[in-house]
Amino acid sequence: MKISGAEIVVETLIEQDIKTIFGYPGATVIDIYDQLLKKNDRIEHVLTAHEQGAAHAADGYARATGEVGVVLATSGPGATNLVTGIATAHLDSVPLLAITGNVATDMIGSDAFQEIDITGVTLPITKHNFLVHDVEDLADTIREAIRIAKSGRPGPVLVDIPKDIQKQLCEFTPGPRIEKGSNPPAKDEDVKRAAEMIAEAGRPYIYFGGGAVRADAGDLITELADKIDAPIGCSMMGLSELPTDQPRFLGMQGMHGHYASSKAMAKSDLIIGVGVRFSDRATGNIDRFSAGARKIQIDIDQAELGKNVEIDLGAACDICDFLRKLIDTVEEKKNPNWMIKIEKLKAQEAEQELPDFLPEKAIKAVSNMIDTDTEIVTDVGQHQMWTAQYFEFKKKRTWISSGGLGTMGFGMGASIGASYGSGKRSVLFTGDGSFGMNLTELATAVTYNVPLTIIVFNNGVLGMVRQFQTLFYDKAYSNTTLNRKTDFVKLAESFGAKGFRAQNEEEFKKAFAEAYECEGPALIDLSIDKDSVVLPMMRPGGTFDKLILGEED
Amino acid sequence: MSKSNFVIAVYVENKYGVLTRVTSMFTRRGFNIDSLTVGETENPDYSRITISLSGTNSDRMQLLSQLKKLYNVRKVEVISAESGIKRELLLIKIRTTTETRAEIRDVIDIFRAKIIDYSTEAMCIEITGDTNKVDAFIDNMKPFGIIEMCRTGIVALERGPQSMLEK
Repeated sequence: MKISGAEIVVETLIEQDIKTIFGYPGATVIDIYDQLLKKNDRIEHVLTAHEQGAAHAADGYARATGEVGVVLATSGPGATNLVTGIATAHLDSVPLLAITGNVATDMIGSDAFQEIDITGVTLPITKHNFLVHDVEDLADTIREAIRIAKSGRPGPVLVDIPKDIQKQLCEFTPGPRIEKGSNPPAKDEDVKRAAEMIAEAGRPYIYFGGGAVRADAGDLITELADKIDAPIGCSMMGLSELPTDQPRFLGMQGMHGHYASSKAMAKSDLIIGVGVRFSDRATGNIDRFSAGARKIQIDIDQAELGKNVEIDLGAACDICDFLRKLIDTVEEKKNPNWMIKIEKLKAQEAEQELPDFLPEKAIKAVSNMIDTDTEIVTDVGQHQMWTAQYFEFKKKRTWISSGGLGTMGFGMGASIGASYGSGKRSVLFTGDGSFGMNLTELATAVTYNVPLTIIVFNNGVLGMVRQFQTLFYDKAYSNTTLNRKTDFVKLAESFGAKGFRAQNEEEFKKAFAEAYECEGPALIDLSIDKDSVVLPMMRPGGTFDKLILGEED
Repeated sequence: MSKSNFVIAVYVENKYGVLTRVTSMFTRRGFNIDSLTVGETENPDYSRITISLSGTNSDRMQLLSQLKKLYNVRKVEVISAESGIKRELLLIKIRTTTETRAEIRDVIDIFRAKIIDYSTEAMCIEITGDTNKVDAFIDNMKPFGIIEMCRTGIVALERGPQSMLEK
């Protein structure tokens, strides 16, 4: 039987096991929305307040589940509102399918109402994109888009569907669910070479990132570290893949990373990078980054090998396959002097702890008070770094944060999507700056009664930029003092959510206990000092030898 | 790291928008292209893009990896200095006078170039060859007065019996 293009879109999503999509209707997707209504017993649509929120929600859903997140938007402004969300997913390798409507084929190129060349706009921020010219190709294009999004190194794919294609009729036969293709196996000679380099090294350090999270490589990383007696660190994107209290795990390294982790990386003589791109936030000055260390890089994406730092051995292959073969091949070894050094670094780090630091106390309180499978979501800024530093992760895939693009305003949409993905409560750590960007998604959280606890670290300033101004711009606070009169408790209440206020640790704990038990969304406005800073800190373009550890530095 | 020139041949699907995808990647990744040509191949499903650029060895590796990631790219190869045949075509319009005409014709003979169009004040000349030859010819024409010129950029094939697509 022939069905319409719009129905094909929805049937193909259902066929591909897509249970939930996020979006916002408009003129060029009315037909698809008509079908979503007719089939709402088989696929759920979550209406957000803004298309950007929908894109971040689909992203959060994908990060929480590892499955493809789907977002639907109309042409023109609907499509351009997705751009930040797509770019966020692109920089963090998140499998995302964005479906946009467009004006009818014969109108394309005429600057028609709400017409935009969205495949052109998103060319540099998608893994690939498609403009569908023929209804006969529609189902296969969506299937191919899903395959591309989830295979190899995942990423966002956009499918733009003109309105006339949605109306045309075509035969449709449901197809099988598309699985992630298998990744190329590790080459024996690479594994052998890696084992030799490990045998020659006295101070090995394993450094993993988001690729290890996607590959679920945490257990193999631990096994390798035990066999070769190495400490482990990660990039911000790697968080939650290992439990924070894993004895060999030194935590996140990088610009605001843990002292011991960053120092250990700088002092090691062999860095084993697993699913990590050695980003500038993680390395500082590339020319002087760990110059004394040899580097092995294992990544699914050939183009990442040696892209940012020079490496001595690169392997583009399945990370887990490589680790398994390496564990079998490598000689067991002990590095007692190195591990003594690591213990010293950990002791030094413990000495740096700030007394009575409210952000830390609040984050650690949340660590202790929540169910372990709660998704921890952040926006971008100081609160993000504090959460990355202090939160004690216990379960995999419970950290959701915008790493590569650093998108303020990511958190509201992403935490809604994460809750849908996990079926569990999410906790969003945000700041008054980031929250201000997309707080309108509170409406979505209330409408759908999303189990979400929002903690606003409210310091009345754009703290991260202010911190830079404090340290490097002679305290000239250009446009970082918000001085807004927003009452977040009343704001939450006006949206229909619960609101709580806290000024100190005790009040916060009490508010959180209550907020966390709320069925739907609840917000806590936690006042913090505007001069709280994220430490340690590496100067932009600096090195790990000279970390800023306190304000006197 | 030292820079060198290299030529890369890319088979891409012969579809609308594919050239944009390739050139957009160059812009985004900051690759500086010396020349780029595109045209039909023995197989109507594919176009062949020939890219000439200079860069370090790691630039070259990065360019190859990024090209291979593009969905519409079927095959990517570096055309080696030893076994590659590289040619480009130049059309050049030269100012002529009674005094210079004979001398220009001598240069044309030496370079095995061809006169395409001829008038009392100007000549249009066609020449094919590798980049060095074309550059040398242009240098020789400069003293006479170049009115305008246009060169295609490099096209290249590997010597030997097989096609790149089947390799």
